[in-house]
Formats: sequence, C-alpha cells, structure tokens
Amino acid sequence: MVDLWQGLSQAFWLVITADAELVEIAMRSLRITLSALVLACLIAMPLAALLAIRRFRFRRTVIAVLNTLMGLPPVVVGLMVYVLLSRSGPLGALGLLFTPTAMIMAQMIIIVPLIASIAHQSLRDLWHDYHDLLISMNVSQTQKVATLLWDARRALLTAALAGFGRGIGEVGAIMIVGGNIDNVTRVLTTAIALETGKGQFALALALGFVLIALALAVNLAIHGLSRTERDGRW
Amino acid sequence: MVNGLFPLSVKGALTRRRGKVLVGPVDLELDGQGTCVVLGPNGAGKTTLLRMLHGIARLHQGRIDWACDTAIARNAQAFVFQQPVMLRRSVVENLAYPLRMHGVPRREAMERARDWAGRVGLGEEMLERSATVLSGGEKQKLALTRALIQEPELVFLDEPSSSLDGRATREIEEILTTCSAAGTRLIMSTHDMGQARRLADTVVFLLNGSVHEAAPAEVFFAGPKTPEAQAFLNGDIVE
Repeated sequence: MVDLWQGLSQAFWLVITADAELVEIAMRSLRITLSALVLACLIAMPLAALLAIRRFRFRRTVIAVLNTLMGLPPVVVGLMVYVLLSRSGPLGALGLLFTPTAMIMAQMIIIVPLIASIAHQSLRDLWHDYHDLLISMNVSQTQKVATLLWDARRALLTAALAGFGRGIGEVGAIMIVGGNIDNVTRVLTTAIALETGKGQFALALALGFVLIALALAVNLAIHGLSRTERDGRW
Repeated sequence: MVNGLFPLSVKGALTRRRGKVLVGPVDLELDGQGTCVVLGPNGAGKTTLLRMLHGIARLHQGRIDWACDTAIARNAQAFVFQQPVMLRRSVVENLAYPLRMHGVPRREAMERARDWAGRVGLGEEMLERSATVLSGGEKQKLALTRALIQEPELVFLDEPSSSLDGRATREIEEILTTCSAAGTRLIMSTHDMGQARRLADTVVFLLNGSVHEAAPAEVFFAGPKTPEAQAFLNGDIVE
C-alpha cells in the first residue's frame, strides 16, 4: 500500500516537473504505438470491409484465423520478428533489429487481427443493412468499401482504440525486438519491466500511472476530435 | 422524357432460393408509359419479381431483355425499398450520395440535393439532421427523392407507402404522379387497392410466383379475366 502511494506521488512529481527522461520515454511510446496503429488501421480496415462484402472460397477460414490471431501471444510475435530481422534472417540486411521500426512492426502484427476482427463485426452488420441499396445503385466495389468505412467510422474508432490499448500496453514483443536500449528503444512498458526487475516498485508504479494517464488522454482526445457524443449530426 | 429502356420483354424468367422457386417462370411484355402496379396476395412474389427485374435477385432461368444494353439499363433505374434504407449520414448527404457515386462533383451534388429536397418538401431545417432519426414518412420520402435525384428512366417501388399514414401516403403519391407525368416509368407493388386504382395504368396480377393476368388498369378493374384476380379484387382470401 505504501508503494502504491509512493508510486502515485512520484508519478505526480514526475509529471509536474516534466521530467526529461519520462517525457522522452512517453513520447517514444506514443510515437511507436501511434505509428503501428496507423499502419495497422490502413491494413485491417479495408481488409475487414472486403471480408464483409466479398464472398470467396475460404472467407470463413480467413475470418476464423483472424479471430484466433486476436489472442496471438506477443512473445511469439516478438520471436518471429526477431528471427526475420536478425542478421542471419531474411530481412537481416535492413539492420532493423533493436530499432523503433522493429517495435512498430511487432506491434502492428499484434494489433492488425484485433482491429480487423472488431471492425469486421461492425462492417458486416452495416453491409447487411446497405447491401440491397448499394447493389441497386450500381456502386463499384471500391465505393462500397469506402462507403462502409465512412459510415461505420464510429465503430471503427472503437476498433482502433482497442488496437491502441493493446499496443501501448504491450511489453513482450517489443522487449525482444527493441531490446529496451536507453535513449533508443526504451518505452514506458519496458521501463516498467526494468524498474520492477531492479526492485524500484515505486518508480515502476509511477511509470504505470503515467502510462494509464497517457492512454486515457489519447482516448479522450480521439473521442473529442471525432465528436462521438454529438447526436443528430454525422 | 424519351424512355429508352422499353419495351421490356420477360421470357420464362425464374429465380430460386435454396432450390425453391420464388418467382417464375414469368412471361411479360411492358411498354414504356405510365405506372405499372404489381398486385397479389402476401407471398405471391411481388417483391421478388421487382428485385429480379432490377437485377438484385439472381435470374436462374429465362431472359429479361430491355430495349438497350443491360448495363445501360441498370444505370437508368432506381429502386425504393419497402423498408427505406438510410445511409448513416445527414439528409442532404443521403440525397447527394448517388450523384457522388456517379462522378458528380461534391459542390454540384450538394446543390442538386438541396434543390430536390425543396421540390419534395424536405425542409431546410431537416437537411443537416441525421437521416436515421427521421420519421417513417420522412424516411420514405427521402428514399424516394434519393432514387429520383438520379433522374432514372424507371423506378421500382416496393410497397412504398405500406407503413405510412394517409397524409404521408398522399405526399408520396403526389411525387409519384409528378414523376410519371414527366415521363419516368414506375413499376410498383402495393397492397393498397385504392392506391392501385389511383396510380395504375397497367396492372400485373401475381399469384404463387406466376403472372396470372396483365392488363390495362381500366380493363383489369372493370372485370379481371381470371377467377383468382376477381376474388382478390372482391377482398376474398386467394391462395
């Protein structure tokens, strides 16, 4: 309990004094997760829309695989990306291991299935409503996808926020591919793991509270910008 | 408006679902003037016939021949559903949507949408509201206007006023009468015999998925040829 209070007060002071190291780590966490999120959304959302509107042979299998991959263990993803990017791996020549880019790749792989699965549920329901109308209007496949993505944007925001939550709190994969190198790949979660290992529970807790506050701030900002609570207007 | 879609020739057209014949085989010839009303009891296949003619329901057998190429014919048609489907957008964006999808620049599409809204009595104060919160009558009027804004040569209407009150029904009928007078061909299904008498130029009577009778409205209502159609007009239960 004492650690908890110490952690809270330390978090408070770290934020109030705008501790340089904390700001750098927090900004790196945000940069990496938001980059992974944007890339993941660019892949996952059109994929979800296509799965909703197109009928092809292994569609159900693809959906089942995506749903299964939502529970993909981050450590396994980290290991796979590590093998790909290690010097003897197929992408070793790119020299990306232990860089923020490798961390973005790992996070992206983890959150694409999550965003695609949640988005697919919403888009499938919307497609059920829109199917006849869009067919009767002779709308092209690309226009159908664009219409679904635009009209389901609020549900897709939830999918994106779920992806953000999973990404910002992720530690296993990015620890393996990032290496938790000070000033290079250290982010909030890996810093928490490090401080916990050193027995600095108060500092670890402080970082944890900052992480939660950061996630909350991003969620509120996105909701605010997208005006989710304004009724009667789209 | 010169209607380039007609005459429409339907020969042995049939559609199935999970092996069961829903409609057909249908043989029908329609010319390009006025309003054709499809009548028949519940389950006769009125909606499916309209969907089949428009190309939403798959044609499993037979032919549907328009006077022009099928792809051109599809682009000259619009469909108004019994339960109006509202895009999750504002009223004006719903109206502009089909124009935008067919390459009309946004500004022009919005101007035309506002113009059409004014013509059918969708007030200025309504335009920025979400279409999903409109009343049933307003939704149907919006769906009809969204179909008409494309200036189609033919509009299919599937029981367009089935869940509307008298006033909303009258407003819909006024729009339909205006369009028909302007040369747009209407093919509609209805349960409302009064509406059929008011609007129909041609009647197609459907029973158990087949066309039992197709005749000019005045001939059909004066004395249908088949006993089933006569029973239907008398209000008897027809199976």
